[in-house]
Amino acid sequence: MNRFSVADCTSVDAALAQLKDGAQVKAGGVDLLDRMKDGIEQPTRLVNIRNVSELRGIRETDQGLTLGPLTTLAEISDHPVIQSQYQILSDACGHAATPHIRNMATVGGNLLQRVQCWYYRSSDFQCIRHGKDLCFAFEGLNQYHAIMEYSTCPSVAPSSAAVALLGLGAAVELTSAKRGKRTLGIRELYIVPDANPTKFNVVEPDELITAIHIPKPAPGTRSAYQKYGEKESFDWAIADAGVVLEMDGDRCRRAVITMGAASPVVRRSPQAEAALAGKPITEETARAAGAVAVQGASPLTQNAYKLDLFPVAVYRTILLAAGQRDRDPSAAG
Amino acid sequence: MKTLPSENALTQQAAAPPKKTVEMPVGVPGYTLRNESRQIPPTEPPVWPINKDLKYVGQSIPRYDGEAKATGRARYTSDVQLPGMLYAKCVNANVPHAKVLSIDTSAAEKLPGVRGVHVIQNVLGNAVLRNPALDAAKFPVVRYAGQPVAAVAAITPAIAEEAAALVRVRYDTRPFVVDQNKARQPGSPNVYPGPADEAGSAGGGGGDDEVQQTGNVHGPSISKVGNIDQGFQDADVIVEGHYVTQVQTHSALETHGVVADWKPDLLTVWASTQGTASVREEFAGFFKLPMSKVRVITEFMGGGFGAKFGAGNPGVIAAALSKKTGAPVRLMLDREEEHLSVGNRPSSDQTLRIGAKKDGTLTAIHLVAYGTAGCGTGAGCAGPAHNLYQYASLHTEENDVFINAGPATAMRAPGHPQGAFALEQTMDDLAVRLAMDPLDLRDKTDQHPVRRVERQIVRDSDLWKSRNPVAAADHGPVKRGVGFAQSVWYRMVAMSSSAEVRVHRDGSLEAISAVQDIGSGIKTVMAQILAEQFGVPPSQIVVRVGDTNFPEGPASGGSMTTLSLTPAVRDAAWQASQKFLADIAPSLGTTPHDLVLVDGEVRSQSGKFQPLSFRRAAAKMSASQITAQAKRVPDYDRSKYLTYGGVDVAEVDVDTELGRIHVRRVLSVHDCGRPMNPQQTISQINGGIIQGISYTLLEHRLLDPVYGLMVNPDLDLYKIAGAREIPQIDVRLVEAYIGQSSTDASGIGEAAGVMSIGAAIGNAVYNATGVRVRQTPMTPPVVLAALRASAAGKEQA
Repeated sequence: MNRFSVADCTSVDAALAQLKDGAQVKAGGVDLLDRMKDGIEQPTRLVNIRNVSELRGIRETDQGLTLGPLTTLAEISDHPVIQSQYQILSDACGHAATPHIRNMATVGGNLLQRVQCWYYRSSDFQCIRHGKDLCFAFEGLNQYHAIMEYSTCPSVAPSSAAVALLGLGAAVELTSAKRGKRTLGIRELYIVPDANPTKFNVVEPDELITAIHIPKPAPGTRSAYQKYGEKESFDWAIADAGVVLEMDGDRCRRAVITMGAASPVVRRSPQAEAALAGKPITEETARAAGAVAVQGASPLTQNAYKLDLFPVAVYRTILLAAGQRDRDPSAAG
Repeated sequence: MKTLPSENALTQQAAAPPKKTVEMPVGVPGYTLRNESRQIPPTEPPVWPINKDLKYVGQSIPRYDGEAKATGRARYTSDVQLPGMLYAKCVNANVPHAKVLSIDTSAAEKLPGVRGVHVIQNVLGNAVLRNPALDAAKFPVVRYAGQPVAAVAAITPAIAEEAAALVRVRYDTRPFVVDQNKARQPGSPNVYPGPADEAGSAGGGGGDDEVQQTGNVHGPSISKVGNIDQGFQDADVIVEGHYVTQVQTHSALETHGVVADWKPDLLTVWASTQGTASVREEFAGFFKLPMSKVRVITEFMGGGFGAKFGAGNPGVIAAALSKKTGAPVRLMLDREEEHLSVGNRPSSDQTLRIGAKKDGTLTAIHLVAYGTAGCGTGAGCAGPAHNLYQYASLHTEENDVFINAGPATAMRAPGHPQGAFALEQTMDDLAVRLAMDPLDLRDKTDQHPVRRVERQIVRDSDLWKSRNPVAAADHGPVKRGVGFAQSVWYRMVAMSSSAEVRVHRDGSLEAISAVQDIGSGIKTVMAQILAEQFGVPPSQIVVRVGDTNFPEGPASGGSMTTLSLTPAVRDAAWQASQKFLADIAPSLGTTPHDLVLVDGEVRSQSGKFQPLSFRRAAAKMSASQITAQAKRVPDYDRSKYLTYGGVDVAEVDVDTELGRIHVRRVLSVHDCGRPMNPQQTISQINGGIIQGISYTLLEHRLLDPVYGLMVNPDLDLYKIAGAREIPQIDVRLVEAYIGQSSTDASGIGEAAGVMSIGAAIGNAVYNATGVRVRQTPMTPPVVLAALRASAAGKEQA
């Protein structure tokens, strides 16, 4: 790890004033310090926002919820309102990483964590996402990589929280000292590698995430998230699914189906959503939605098995959201 | 061990001339317990009864150093802090195969805070060319990415890391191969330009060095019993399978590391090692020092699993830097180096064929095995095929396949988890083909008296009774299954094992040996032995281990520690107690034979005096200290009971839609002679089961095929079982007396389930699904592919 200095800030304004000359924001530090220890990033200056108390906490509003970006995953998953009305988010945050990490990791940092591709994470492989020419995964080892929506880089979206927040239609507020505030949807937060492989998200060097707004779910909404790994304790998803169902009695008025480990950026599956719209939730309709969730997928040399896993993850999570099935004992976390 | 010892090889060790005849308990209490006669040296202590009639030995006495470990007071090698100590960091090759053209250390040397740079001239661990002239070069040829090339020592770890990055190495890269199957093909790049062999370590490993080598294929090492063609002709049924297992790394919690302090009159080395004696020998040999000028200390040790013997590259580097700088040097490897350069369990690719009569009698076992130990050797895995069952004929061929990867070392039961994975699944296939119960089939072919008892315990268990003998009986996507498998290990004795016992005039007692406690708990057992002999609680005993200044201890490999050392400890304790009684008897007005040591007291059997506390009796000693040293006496009867094993049952859920396997419950029925401390023994079995599950389902060293680098050199993407992967483990410890020594202990390190749990899981998966998964790790793609292949086969049929 390189030498660096740290500026400790306790207010948003102070932190924003420090964001210059290549300084990097450090919140929980979980992913940033990994990248520095792996030798793939060498920031000379860190701005520690961990102690900016105004950025931490969960607020209920008339429109829904506002999360401070420094709220920890543990605080989110344990929150009674989130557990009862935003189940998908409680599931995702409560099954990410390990209990230790959930106590340190902030939701803002979780959204902005970099991909876990072993080539990207190794200083021995200087890949396209470090500004070089090559992606090593196509010819190399790619069992954990993407099956859809890639052409430049097949790494997969690592954040479970993002899968849930995309499902809930959340918006992220960014603040810059110079340009003020702007608000973006979850999908718009990210930059797909085909557009720009070295930029992972749209957050500018002088910007901070200052809030995450989650709209109040429509009446009759039920939701769930499940992730599957090779391990059940602390593993990255090899398949996952977020499901939000707006129900009219037994009938699904509108469904949102989201996936993380299928593509470089979190995605919704319009096919799976269409398969449920206007239908009752049964094992049959759930399986039909799962089957179309991988439509158009094109696996790499070693990850065709994900074409089997995602339909299962999707149908089981639909049934979990609908209350027709228990949480899957196979699901990780 | 270089080759797996057969019964014959093990019986060649000569016994001491018989001198007195004793009756010893032999067998399993409640099943087969009886007495057998032994002729033993007259100096041996009286025979101990079975555990239930002992007071401290055989009891689950709390771990001697449990509190020190739990509170952080225990000082491991990485905690050693010496005045003026420097921190070393290695420079490792980042290419898999290359000649080193030059190493420029000038920039590193100029960095403020750097005190020394060392360029490596001799790399340890790799195979060595039979004709070294074939690859003569200024610097050692790089055979794998991660091979140490140079090292720096600096005043802080951060400066050392920075300096290591400043060392410029120029490589002339060579073609390489990291795929075992490609390495076997003609025309593959060769790892070595000619035949090369690897020496094993005190913990085993290393391959046969008498065999041919063709390209990268070092072998075959062939072993034959009877007429194999006749054997298959005589068979009523033949079952066959092709099994593939992956490379696993040891991944002990504590990485390899040393602190070396080179002084003119003494090289002191704090080492994380499984063999203090082996470390001293290798340092003395490498640096041409007299043994008297090397001292090795291992106060606490955080696991080794076979990878930590000798000085190794880290030890040599640290000592060289200490010599050069005149300061103590600490070198602890990081996790990546640990994965790459200090050992692993070789892979295997086995084609196994078994012929049998209708009644289950085995007529033929034929095994052809290839495996890679990287740029080392030692991938043989025929041990279980040789030693688990009776057969009319056997033919095994073992081949090492060189690839450009770090050399293997011994790893917990070398060759046996791989061998048992194939053998025990093939035996399960045979049971299916013969429509026999898997336990009945083993009763027919396995004559080991203790495993017979262990199978009976399995038969009587609720878990086994819950097994549906019909495979794939469950409906729905998640299917439950139960599977059984067996293991075999060997009784090997480190005859140099020695111990000293001291009785002080204040009544305190010490047990002393250079043996290292690698976590299995030998310190506690030593205290228990003295407690039993002197009749005082174990908490009153002080145990000192892990220092070559003490009498030599055994290496902790091959399950040798407890069975080798404890008889020496007991003999020393017995002799010290006899000296003690002889010394104090006159002052008590009686003879030594009238005295007994019991319940913390010295008593006169004839009632010559009121019972005296041990402490008050010790005050009557004529000198301040009574000591006795003893060395291991040979096993009492090397004609029998030289293998042991244990059996395991796994219950799994197979999610057939996801290809996920979840191990629900494990029943482990294991023996290790006289269990000295059941809790500690059970802990080792728990660990063996967890390590075996992790190996079977998760762990995998992954090498990029294009660049030859490991892509998962951490404990995140190198996946190891976590809390949720650990099932309910029910250990039934079988007391199996064999009448071999004054303690009659055996070891448990290897025979702790790690050999058999993989096959038990495989057999459970078959029982659940009717499909056999012949490849590890059994990840979702592997399981789904097996399920799909089976479905396709059924459609065709």
